[in-house]
Amino acid sequence: MSRKVLLIEDEPNITEAIRFLLTREGWQVETHAEGTDAVQVILSAQPDLVILDVMLPGKSGMDVLRDLREHDQMKALPVLMLTARGQSRDREMAEKAGVSRFMTKPFSNTEVLTAVRDLHAQASQS
Amino acid sequence: MATLNVLILVCLGYVVLLFSVAFAADRVAARGGGKWLRSPLIYTLSLSIYCTAWTFYGAVGNAARSGLEFVTIYLGPTLVMVSWWWGLRKLVRIGRSQRVTSIADLISSRYGKSNTLAVCVTILAVLGGTPYIALQLQSITLSFSIFAEADPTGLYREGSSVFWVAAGLAVFAILFGTRNLDANERHHGVVTAIALESVVKLFALLAVGIFVVWGVAGGLGPMLDQIDASEIGQWHVDAGRWTTFIFLSAAAFVCLPRMFQVMVVENDDESHLRTAAWAFPLYLLLMSLFVVPIAVVGLDLLPEGSNPDLFVLTVPLSQGNDWLAMLSFIGGFSSATSMVIVTAMALSTMVSNHLVMPIWLNTQEGTASVSGDVRTIVLMARRVSIAVIMALGYFYYRLSGGGAALASIGLVAFAGISQILPALVGGLFWRGATRTGALVGLSVGFFLWIYTLLLPGMEGGIIPASVIEHGPFGWGWLRPQALFGIEGIDPMVHTVMWSLSLNTIAFCVASMLSFPSPLERLQGAQFVNVFDHSVSARGWTGSVAQSEDLMIMTQRILGTIPAQEFFQAEAERQNGRPGRLPEPTPQFLERLERELSGSVGAATAHAMIGQIVGGASVSVEDLLAVADESAQMLEYSSQLEAKSAELSRTARQLREANAKLTQVSMQKDAFLSQVSHELRTPMTSIRAFSEIMRDTEGLSAEEQTRYAAIIHDEALRLTRLLDDLLDLSVLESGQVSLNMGEATLSDVLNRAVSSALAGSDRKIGVRRVRASERIPLHTDLDRLGQVFINLISNAQKYCDAVEPVLTISAHDVGGQVVIDFIDNGDGIPPEAQSLVFEKFARVGPDKAGGAGLGLAICREIMQRLGGEVTYLPGQGGAAFRVSLPLAYRQAAQ
Repeated sequence: MSRKVLLIEDEPNITEAIRFLLTREGWQVETHAEGTDAVQVILSAQPDLVILDVMLPGKSGMDVLRDLREHDQMKALPVLMLTARGQSRDREMAEKAGVSRFMTKPFSNTEVLTAVRDLHAQASQS
Repeated sequence: MATLNVLILVCLGYVVLLFSVAFAADRVAARGGGKWLRSPLIYTLSLSIYCTAWTFYGAVGNAARSGLEFVTIYLGPTLVMVSWWWGLRKLVRIGRSQRVTSIADLISSRYGKSNTLAVCVTILAVLGGTPYIALQLQSITLSFSIFAEADPTGLYREGSSVFWVAAGLAVFAILFGTRNLDANERHHGVVTAIALESVVKLFALLAVGIFVVWGVAGGLGPMLDQIDASEIGQWHVDAGRWTTFIFLSAAAFVCLPRMFQVMVVENDDESHLRTAAWAFPLYLLLMSLFVVPIAVVGLDLLPEGSNPDLFVLTVPLSQGNDWLAMLSFIGGFSSATSMVIVTAMALSTMVSNHLVMPIWLNTQEGTASVSGDVRTIVLMARRVSIAVIMALGYFYYRLSGGGAALASIGLVAFAGISQILPALVGGLFWRGATRTGALVGLSVGFFLWIYTLLLPGMEGGIIPASVIEHGPFGWGWLRPQALFGIEGIDPMVHTVMWSLSLNTIAFCVASMLSFPSPLERLQGAQFVNVFDHSVSARGWTGSVAQSEDLMIMTQRILGTIPAQEFFQAEAERQNGRPGRLPEPTPQFLERLERELSGSVGAATAHAMIGQIVGGASVSVEDLLAVADESAQMLEYSSQLEAKSAELSRTARQLREANAKLTQVSMQKDAFLSQVSHELRTPMTSIRAFSEIMRDTEGLSAEEQTRYAAIIHDEALRLTRLLDDLLDLSVLESGQVSLNMGEATLSDVLNRAVSSALAGSDRKIGVRRVRASERIPLHTDLDRLGQVFINLISNAQKYCDAVEPVLTISAHDVGGQVVIDFIDNGDGIPPEAQSLVFEKFARVGPDKAGGAGLGLAICREIMQRLGGEVTYLPGQGGAAFRVSLPLAYRQAAQ
């Protein structure tokens, strides 16, 4: 069974790095670089997991997450949020918006892989 | 021909009539009756003491000599009455509310009760008034002599007749002018008598006029023909003299002590002014109606060399109409006597109040002043003053010999007395007028009047002829009749022009440079705003007069409105009628004392009330000092208010500064957060790919090269970011030192274009207008080049046309070098145009990996270079305009 991850990130180099890592783990990686229509993209792609950047063009990752959780079928979707701003206030906001895991850039590759594995395992169990 | 004896009998009979009228009027007024005594008609008639013997005889003489010029003397007062009656109303209101006794008193009272000023005005009035009285005496004697010439008995002796006339007038003035101590109280007897005299003189002049027109000339038509034929009809109008005389007579009408006496002091009711405003000009018109006919007929009828000043008498006499001549004589006699009596009364009040009493009080220092004592002293002083003033007039007449033409003496007096005008009018309408200003102005005007008119006009050479010819010490510009080298104008016009203009200027300048004392300020406010806070006082009685004083004092201490409210409430409590002053009953005084002690303390309040109501031994000076102090307290509290306003202003400024600091701190946080983001993003890529390269086995050589290249690019991006940040922080802190150099715009652009195009592999066509670039620049060439490179590479990065082209063109616009960079892409959306110069602003997805600091840096650089960089909307593609002030260019030339 193939696992699908949707990566929403506007920095092409970071997108490429994450795609490389997760593909090797056996994930099917889809990417998107815009905030504006991100919710529609998630809804139609039906991924098993979303990796979401905060500073996105058009619409901030926080707003995308908040809107996503409005949809009933998306309440339990694991969302891993990455941010380069790294202020504690952002973490609080993200948790309020319903984030599953929050990580600050720059991250170590192992951390990201571990987080993706954990989130997926939790989602599969429930 | 009437004998001198008959004349003297008629004269005596007339005087007895006047005495009885005055006596009867006083009796009626004392009984409280005689409403007609206080009618506007009597008031208007009393104003006509303006027409003295000078106008009665002199107007005809003047017309015979100078044609229509005599009209000016009537026009001045007419103008005042018709167009300035509101000013007179203010004068009358002040006179009544301040219980003013004379014009000297008014001026002194306005400027902080300064006795110095009062003395000045008094001396000026006496100096101007004495020749004027002499003039009246002269007219009486002259007219006597006309009858005496024909008298066969030869009993008439000129000298003794003048003496007896002067003595008789003095007795009349003393009897009816000094019956009461209160100079502010109306003299109904005198006023009624002079009103009667006004009727007599008008009747006499009209009678002579009618006789001349219909009896001598043979009707209106022949009379007009005769006027046309005579010289008088051809006299030309001298604009300078006419303006001066009209102005002078207007000023004198307001300032003359005798006019002030009848107009202000003797005024019973302000509303009388309303009637006088049309009735008095009418009176003047009637007085002047027959002046020209009499003059023309006189010139025709009488032998050459006859005194034209006496035509009014000599024309009827020459026609054998003795009784008309007699009537005319009585008319002239009336004009002279009424003027002398009122002038003597007015001047004596001033002399006794401002010269005699202060001296007497000084000699009496130390002994307690009992009010009964003072009463007799004041009356004595006033009576002696009248006698002395009459004596002065008499001696002036004897000494001057009575030679000069009547009209010229009158005008000299007018010019002297009008020096009061600036201080008077300024005091009524300008709160900034001060005592010093009034003193300086008066002194300047007074001195100039004496120097340029009085002394040069005197016979006997008080000023040596050499001074008049060449000026004192040979200084030509100080010649008395040609000051500052202005020659060739009429001496009267010359004097009036210089004395009144310099007087006014000195008055204004000194007022502005000096500070009024609190008392002066108080009085100034009461005068200028008299209509705001004077209760119009009607029918004073002794006790209500005390209430009036209490009211004035209370106003000074409590302020106008609270004092008025208090007095009104008290009046209502006493008799249920507001609008009158309360009686000073003990209950009222007690409440007033309590009210005042709230402001000035119990002891002072007690002393002040005691002083006014009687008995206490506090001097008027002490009272005034207390009033001054409370004025100073008011001043102090207003200073405190100003200070508190200043404090709250400071507090507001602090709040604003604090808000600004908070805003700056928030901006700083936002900036740091942005910087953090911009640093972390490339570091994320570097870390991710370096870990991939470290941890992943079996990476292809391709992959390795590609990832190393990414790491390398991101490292460069970090470096660029740091460079930009440092650059921006140096520019923003203003510590950047400019490295000024010279080159043409074309050179700078060449370098910028090639270095921008070399740094990137995206292709863009650059179109330039070389001819427009031959502009020499004197500026920091590297910095300017940096701006250009930035703009060019931006176009290179963001221009989305299929074949991108950037057009660079330069022009001169309004003293500036303007360089436009316009590409053919879609441009920047309008909502983002205002943001592009902000730090970290990026429009749309970042295609070039810039940190968004480039334009912010450009903006800072251009600001340092004295120019600016702006976005040009509406050019199709993205368009930026760099402008440099032309001054940099000029500096290079």
